[in-house]
Amino acid sequence: MMLQSIAFYAFAGVLVGSAVLVIAARNPVHSVLFLVLAFISAAGLFVLLGAEFLAMILVIVYVGAVAVLFLFVVMMLDINFVRLRQRSMRVLSVGAIVGLVLMVELVLVIGTLIAAPDAGAPTAPAVAGVTNTVALGDLLYTRYIYLFQASGLVLLVGMIGAIVLTHRKRVGVRKQSIAAQVGRKRSEAVELKKVTPGSGV
Amino acid sequence: MEIALGHYLTVAAIVFTLGIFGIFLNRKNVIIILMSIELMLIAVNINLVAFSAYAGDLVGQVFAMFVLTVAAAEATIGLSILVTYFRNRGTVAVEDINLMKG
Repeated sequence: MMLQSIAFYAFAGVLVGSAVLVIAARNPVHSVLFLVLAFISAAGLFVLLGAEFLAMILVIVYVGAVAVLFLFVVMMLDINFVRLRQRSMRVLSVGAIVGLVLMVELVLVIGTLIAAPDAGAPTAPAVAGVTNTVALGDLLYTRYIYLFQASGLVLLVGMIGAIVLTHRKRVGVRKQSIAAQVGRKRSEAVELKKVTPGSGV
Repeated sequence: MEIALGHYLTVAAIVFTLGIFGIFLNRKNVIIILMSIELMLIAVNINLVAFSAYAGDLVGQVFAMFVLTVAAAEATIGLSILVTYFRNRGTVAVEDINLMKG
């Protein structure tokens, strides 16, 4: 029990600290690396909550794919970060006010939860005796199968969208065009010339 | 459990607020804004998983998985728009993005 508290406060502290550094770091590459640290700490919190499968998904998908994608984009694009770094204090104060109001609202939500602790009954109670992954798969492949398929469709649309957006036709590169080869007609390839004897072409 | 639900919700609330604040703090850099959105989504996921664990209801974790899926697709599309825009205009500063005069 004591160990659980220590783990919670360690993960939560690292999560909040790295979240601060994501938005405050001068160099965007450092921001991405702190984002990775935040994701890993969140995965630790998920393990503490008993959601091992989501924790592993978070590490594999987020740290392995999304954060690395961010890192690629930051490092590949030659962006002038010095100009982007200038911050105006006026906007900062507006942001502070918005953040403060939001914080108060969220604290009020948590206060409501403490005031009315038994709101809502579980629709899919956790099954005893099976691991988190088994229980989740049992639910996902039966009751939520159509939503699962739809989320696959979302990923497909995202993939096609990314390819369409970033693909470009490069000029001056010799590439085989099978359609053009197959669609060639005799009339545009061969030309008959009448050659009079003794004079040449 | 010794750690109450309120503890997790507080951590998620702090991270969500930091995400919102990051958008205001780095309002010229689109990449940092996208990262702030990721921070907000992770805060939402912490909320969902915490409620799921304390209510004994697995639906929250299923929903968190769908949030992860949509977040991954969103990051892909956002970054590819960013790459295309940088290729065309040579900048990613937010105030320069005014082609549609919005």
